Amino acid sequence: MSVPTELGYTAKHEWIVVEDGIATVGITSFAAESLGDIVYVEAPEVGTEVTAGEPAGEVESTKSVSDVYSPVSGEVVEVNESLEDAPETINSAPFEGGWLFRVRISEEPANLLSAEEYTKLTEGEN
Amino acid sequence: MSEPMSAPRLTALHKTHEEAGATLVDFAGWLMPLRYSSETVEHNAVREAAGLFDLSHMGEIRLTGPQAAEALDYALVGFLSKVKVGRARYTMITAEDGGVLDDLIVYRLGEQEYLVVANAANVPVVASALAERASDFDVEVADESAAYSLIAVQGPRAVEILAPLTDADLDEIRYYAGYEHTVAGVPVLLARTGYTGEDGFEIFVKPADRAPEVWAALMARGSEHGLVPAGLSSRDTLRMEAGMPLYGQELTSELTPFDAGLGRVVKFDKPGDFVGRAALEEASRTARERRLIGLAARGRRPLRKGQDVLRDGTVVGVTSSGAPSPTLGRPIAMAYVDGDLDTSTGTFTVDVRGRGEEVDVVELPFYKRQS
Repeated sequence: MSVPTELGYTAKHEWIVVEDGIATVGITSFAAESLGDIVYVEAPEVGTEVTAGEPAGEVESTKSVSDVYSPVSGEVVEVNESLEDAPETINSAPFEGGWLFRVRISEEPANLLSAEEYTKLTEGEN
Repeated sequence: MSEPMSAPRLTALHKTHEEAGATLVDFAGWLMPLRYSSETVEHNAVREAAGLFDLSHMGEIRLTGPQAAEALDYALVGFLSKVKVGRARYTMITAEDGGVLDDLIVYRLGEQEYLVVANAANVPVVASALAERASDFDVEVADESAAYSLIAVQGPRAVEILAPLTDADLDEIRYYAGYEHTVAGVPVLLARTGYTGEDGFEIFVKPADRAPEVWAALMARGSEHGLVPAGLSSRDTLRMEAGMPLYGQELTSELTPFDAGLGRVVKFDKPGDFVGRAALEEASRTARERRLIGLAARGRRPLRKGQDVLRDGTVVGVTSSGAPSPTLGRPIAMAYVDGDLDTSTGTFTVDVRGRGEEVDVVELPFYKRQS
């Protein structure tokens, strides 16, 4: 399983990348594979405030419902609307087309894991 | 007292599943394949080609003896003495109060021999109830669950996949029939039964450890026909689309077969008493308090079991099973509602964690194969 080195990770299996004060958030391939086929995404609404470590949405697979925790605090500026009709993109391209939402960050994300640290964590869970 | 925690049991096909990269889960005390790759792909393969399932967690209880038929007529709600040798019946075992202890498929292997197939979680209850209820009859009851593996090949291409591997003439095996045959040179009970809504076969392999030979032969022959290994996740969505009940969800010890809309399995016309008769006669006369309906969501958000069903904002029932349906392309659920509820009018919603999702009341089953 490939874990892109340019992203930051959380222990709850989200990834984040920040560019010009805008953070893009998704769930990792490990999370997507554990859940099975993703069939529904409940994204936060544009304009809402999300808080680091708090639930910001839900991802549902055939068998389960999982909260998505925002790795960062700030205002949601964009959600990935293509997931409404094609939630399976999260399975096929979790780190690219399967991104969930974008946040204008109010403070720099803290306590992120590197790709190496995150990989070690998931190996422990396997 | 609950059973002590222990490591889940492994089927004879465990190594095969590991090598295939299956995601394994603890299910009723067994480590079983949940899926191999994508459960949606597995589901669609069963609808369009074929899927191969390891169902070795199911229980097999054999009754042998001159009064095997009479013992089952007494122990179960069905008329098992009337079943011809080589045929099978879907039936149930209830408590004295009519509550369902399990739903079963019973195969008549001989004049004096039956095989009762029970759900994994209920095997101890069914085996002990059968032993107790048969004690006044001239019959031996043996829990042979550990001796059997069970493999199912299900889907419209099951016949062409299985035919070259067996001595059986598959055209001669009707739905709900089963006979002793060989598959891949292994002696088996070959039955035309299943839990997917498709044509297919269930292959009871004894001794259990010969299952990998049967599995490998089917995979080798079947891959060119689109056969894929399929896990419990797709099995659940397949049975739900087919409107088939699952013990623990649509069927429980709190419900009689009549509550589940399956009163037809109770045969009052058989001779003699049977366990639950008085309570079931009462249940058949009194208006059913609840009945099972099908729901299909208008949105994409999956419905799950245990969610309230509302008509015009008033709670009228609760879902017993729910999932995204790959075949319908929309979420579906089965739900118990008040027996006299008029479902032809009103706006129906399901409360999905605080939000009302609009649903349509639809006929069960959700899916029926073209025959």
